[in-house]
Amino acid sequence: MPRKLPLLNPENTAFWTGGADGELRIAHCDACGTLFHPPTPVCPACASLDVGHKPVSGRARVVTFTVNHQAWTPELAEPYVIAIVEIVEQAGVRFLTNIVGCPVDRVRIGMPVRVTFEPIDDVWIPLFVADE
Amino acid sequence: MFDRVFEKDVAITGIGQSEVARPSSKSAMRLTVEACMEAIGDAGLTRDDIDGVACWPGDNNNGDSFSPVGTAAIKSALGLKLNWYGAGYEGPGPLAGVIQGAMAIATGLARHVLVFRTITEATGRARSRTANALTNKSAGRDGTYYWQWYTPFNVLSAINLAAMYAQRHFHDYGTTAEQLAQIALTCRRHAALNPKAVYRAPMTMDDYFASRLVSTPLRVFDCDVHCDASTALVLSRRDAAKDQPNPPIRIDAIGSAIHSPHAWDQVDLSAMITQEVGRMMWNRTDLTPADVDTAQLYDGFSILTLMWLEGLGFCPRGEGGRFIENGTCIGLDGDLPLNTNGGQLSGGRTHGLGYVHEACAQLWGRAGGRQLADPRVAVAAAGGGPLGGSLLLVRD
Repeated sequence: MPRKLPLLNPENTAFWTGGADGELRIAHCDACGTLFHPPTPVCPACASLDVGHKPVSGRARVVTFTVNHQAWTPELAEPYVIAIVEIVEQAGVRFLTNIVGCPVDRVRIGMPVRVTFEPIDDVWIPLFVADE
Repeated sequence: MFDRVFEKDVAITGIGQSEVARPSSKSAMRLTVEACMEAIGDAGLTRDDIDGVACWPGDNNNGDSFSPVGTAAIKSALGLKLNWYGAGYEGPGPLAGVIQGAMAIATGLARHVLVFRTITEATGRARSRTANALTNKSAGRDGTYYWQWYTPFNVLSAINLAAMYAQRHFHDYGTTAEQLAQIALTCRRHAALNPKAVYRAPMTMDDYFASRLVSTPLRVFDCDVHCDASTALVLSRRDAAKDQPNPPIRIDAIGSAIHSPHAWDQVDLSAMITQEVGRMMWNRTDLTPADVDTAQLYDGFSILTLMWLEGLGFCPRGEGGRFIENGTCIGLDGDLPLNTNGGQLSGGRTHGLGYVHEACAQLWGRAGGRQLADPRVAVAAAGGGPLGGSLLLVRD
């Protein structure tokens, strides 16, 4: 499916390009150890500027989801799943994605998923597949 | 909690609204001028009295149909001599213009502030089905602070985000589609009594379930209806308001809080920011939810209304589905008449100020066939996701 791509910047590049090395990279505070999203140059928990990013396992759970049935454009005619997933490493660290590779009616809240990447140009879009 | 509650010194003194059309043959500016001139006249004022202008979000995206007219354009068109003006997308949702205007009056920057909201999404949609897509918020690659996290996953409409809130609310609290349908059914019943409403034909539960699924669990009838319209009101300093023709409608309290991150996927997924907005508003008044005679709550999508009902304390969190069950409580004869002009779901997506317009029409006894029996206190709230604000309005 066609995708609008994000504009890369110093904060978001690790997230959007980690897939080149097969890694899901999440912003991390080296001072207090907190993982956070979206990435910023300051830790939202302790305000430290000592932040970077860290590869995580890529395993997550579906926090909520929707099956989109509206063909917003002709290329989007098939139903697709939009979900918010939370990584297993830390509660509350979550982001939006698509669940792919399974029938859309299989997706449910709490479902374990793992990351897969769809490379387009210089971006590796993190998508998730069922992990059960 | 708050040692100064400035908004009590500010009153709504006039309202105006253009036709609500799908689409209108008039230009966005013409609709705006009609709404603004009606509001100014209704307040017993002339253009020379207006010394402030506010709106949300203003013309922030090249005049697109979401907000084609901003404060600069109307200031020039009407030849206003201003002491203050302001607009911008970043604020507590579609009522931000009212809140900013009230601030300008309370701080002494202005005496009579014109607030408006113009939207021409019916015309926009007629031109292109994706005219209002979130992907159009940026040209080329998405560098916006938060849309960049959604558009790569083909979230082209806010319905996908609202649908995920609904799914979570259903999951956490056992809310059902039958319960949620009552928002749409109630709005349609009320719209039948509003000559300006876009959709006025009766809607049954069967009609609701026959409507197309757009993004599970939300259907077409859970979505508001695009229109072309402009809505305006005049805010006045309270000491000036007493000499104007309408009984002043005091802004008794404002809710504009946001404690969670400002992002659609990072807010509380079964409440958004409605809980903090509600807490703030009730902390700025001696009134309580039991004092409210009518609620005009954002229904860009039906699930958002349910969350506003809970967040503003009209029922406990998680109880929204049971609160609206069978629709009697939120009907015109119920304890809390809701969206009495048909809301945005059936009345038309006037986007924010329509709720305030209807609240004032009710408080001034001008609501025609849908008029409530002498209401004195109304709540208006608008917004979804991280955007949200509320107003407690009192006719003294």
